[in-house]
Formats: sequence, C-alpha cells, structure tokens
Amino acid sequence: MDSSYITPFVKSVQNVFEMMLQLEVAIGQPKLKRNDEPSFDVSGIIGMSGDVEGAVVLSFPTATAERVVSLFTGTQLDHAHEDFPDAIGELCNMVTGGAKAQFTGRSVNISCPSVVIGPSHKVFGRKDVICIQLPCSSDAGEFTVEVTIRQNSLPAGSTPEAQASA
Amino acid sequence: MKVLLIDDSRTMRNIQKGILTQLGYTEIEEAADGLDALSKVLAFNPDLLLVDWNMPNMDGLSFVKQYRGKGGKAPIIMVTTEAEKTRVVEAIKAGVNNYVVKPFTPEGLSERIRETLDRVAAA
Repeated sequence: MDSSYITPFVKSVQNVFEMMLQLEVAIGQPKLKRNDEPSFDVSGIIGMSGDVEGAVVLSFPTATAERVVSLFTGTQLDHAHEDFPDAIGELCNMVTGGAKAQFTGRSVNISCPSVVIGPSHKVFGRKDVICIQLPCSSDAGEFTVEVTIRQNSLPAGSTPEAQASA
Repeated sequence: MKVLLIDDSRTMRNIQKGILTQLGYTEIEEAADGLDALSKVLAFNPDLLLVDWNMPNMDGLSFVKQYRGKGGKAPIIMVTTEAEKTRVVEAIKAGVNNYVVKPFTPEGLSERIRETLDRVAAA
C-alpha cells in the first residue's frame, strides 16, 4: 500500500476526535497487522469502493469505547446500550469520510458502517492487500485505526498527497 | 419553525437536535433515511431540512432530488462526511441550499443554519 494513503487517516482521526470529542489523539508508529491478529473488543468497520477500495476499522478496548462514546454523545452509555454501536459507527464514518476527502481526484464511495462487539474478535480483510495499523493514544485510552485499502486506478504521475497539497 | 432531521445515525440526530434546541427550534421531526423522510415530509411540512448523504434504503442526494421534484421548497442543508468539491457541486445542483461537512462544531452548524435561513428570508 502506498504510504501516502495513511496520512489522510492520521489527520482525519485527529480532526474528528478533536472537533467532536475535544480529545487529542497521538499517533504511534504505524505497523503491519497480520490477518489473524485480533482487534480490540469494539470495532467500527467501513468499506471503500471505487478508485480506492478496501476497508477501514476503528477498534477500541471496551472501556475506551465507552469513554469515547460518552464524550461523543454527552451521556454515559455502556456497550450494551442500543445507541452504543450507532455512536461507534458514526465515529468510524466521520474518520473514513474525512480521509476519503483527502483522496482528491478520485471517485470513492464509502459504505454504511458495521459494528462488531466481542472480546478480541478478528476482522479479516482481503488477503491480497496489507493492513496498516495506526496505534492511537488519548486520555480516553488506546485504540487503533486499521487501514486495508488499495488503489484501483490512479491518474498518471499523481499521488494522494500531491493532489491533496495542490 | 419546523425542522426535519434526516440521518441514519441516532447519535448524530441527537447532536443536531441539541444544537437546534439551543437555537430555539424545538419542533423537530426525525427520519432515519431518505425513504423514511419522504414518508414524513409532506405531512410535517418543514421550514428547514438537515440531510445526511450516506444512508441505507435511500441516500440523501436521492431524497433531495425527489423532494425538489415534487415541488418541495424548504431550504436544505446537507450535513455529511462527503467533503469533495465534486460532491458539493452535485448536491447544490440537486437543490441543496447549504453544506456542512462532518465533523462540525456546534458553532459551525449553528452559523450555517442562521446563514441559510437569512438567505431564504432575504430572497
């Protein structure tokens, strides 16, 4: 995967959490994630299709997810509450949408979010595309953004960053 | 003033409802997607619509086209993660009056609502 596809997710997750939750997010060193490696306990998943395709997973330990959702909604919601997955899905939607917007010059669609809740579940992406995991830390706890995407077509001589800065 | 909130995320509808209430707008109807909105919009007859883009069953753009196609005149603000210029242009062509990109601040959304209503009042 072109590393320039990762920067938009770094910017987007920081922007979304700062603006909607007033929560600063520090991003650690990105790493390759094995397909059989478990995510955390609560994952929001969004598919991308079009010129860029794949999936984005926002994954949290339960306690972190509950703190994040409480900040987002302004209400204490535990993971069993019916609105809990909705809030996680909407956060994932904003992070993915914000990153997608930086893929200037590409036609990309994002799916409606799905949310998985369960201890250390595994999210299996496409086997032929590597998954980059962005470790995130905040006052609400640690979480990750997992990006498994590839480009389907790219205008000659262009990169997402070059176009974003144009 | 009556406002129709159309977003598949109840969390997002609650956030927007809180901002509208702060602005003094308390007559609010909610819809979870474009189809749901079409079934409510004529009876509710809103003075303002806040519409998400990506929703199941019927997306916000399709709803806007159908609402305008049926003669709906109320101002529409698209509130969405779709931030690309091409999408904004597409939405404006379909009949959207103003555009707010998620994530937003309460102040940012409030300002767009005021701006939209002021423009309509001045027209």
